[in-house]
Amino acid sequence: MIYVNAFLFCGFTCLVSQLILDNTKLTPGHVTSLFVVIGAFLDIFGIYDKIVLYCGAGAIIPITSFGHLLIHGAMDLAGEMGAIGLAFGVFNLTSAGISVALVAAFFLCLIFKPKH
Amino acid sequence: MNNKEYQKFIETYTPKPKVFENALVSFLVGGALGSFSELLLQLYQLWFHLPRKESGVIVILTLIVIASVLTALGIFDVLVTKLKSALIIPITGFAHSITSAALEYRTEGLVLGIGANIFKLAGTVILYGVVSVYLFGLLRIIIIGG
Repeated sequence: MIYVNAFLFCGFTCLVSQLILDNTKLTPGHVTSLFVVIGAFLDIFGIYDKIVLYCGAGAIIPITSFGHLLIHGAMDLAGEMGAIGLAFGVFNLTSAGISVALVAAFFLCLIFKPKH
Repeated sequence: MNNKEYQKFIETYTPKPKVFENALVSFLVGGALGSFSELLLQLYQLWFHLPRKESGVIVILTLIVIASVLTALGIFDVLVTKLKSALIIPITGFAHSITSAALEYRTEGLVLGIGANIFKLAGTVILYGVVSVYLFGLLRIIIIGG
């Protein structure tokens, strides 16, 4: 069942973004920024946690989960340290993704030439 | 023919994007990617005996590495033109934007090229993510106290 939910949620996010791209003048950059903000917004009161519970990886891989992970890390430390915890914890959970993407990009661009 | 008429004239000849077809393709491919990563998540939990949360992070890392390598090989750009937002909205799009920026500015040098431009496209995601997290986090602290 969780496979079906993962299919539906991930497919739905891609569908919505495709509709936005085709029907407005927004670029992919606008849409991804918008989705990150939506993901963070849904997690203010823990709605995105519920979605992750029911949809599994289908809710983890869209870019909305980037906002969810950012606010999750921030709120975890804010619970311990108060408002300053926001600054300490904001990249706690996303640092793995960002650093791996950076390191992979660096070494790949030393090896490969761009193809046009 | 004034400017407005000319615009209308142009619009009748520019090809309209195939809205329905694009939407269907991105739904099916995006959904398949979601199911595939759920399968990956279950397998990682079985193989490495990690809790679900950490396995989720490793699934993200796997997709990032795959997308970066495909971008470097030039395959990802071909796939994006066919599959559209099914590959932009998952985390693969984030990895693609970083790797393609690095590849493109490689010729301008290590510091001024790669270093200065690597976040050119991905920076917007991080900027608005962090700004909104600060706002929403403060809101939540004020409303329910952390």
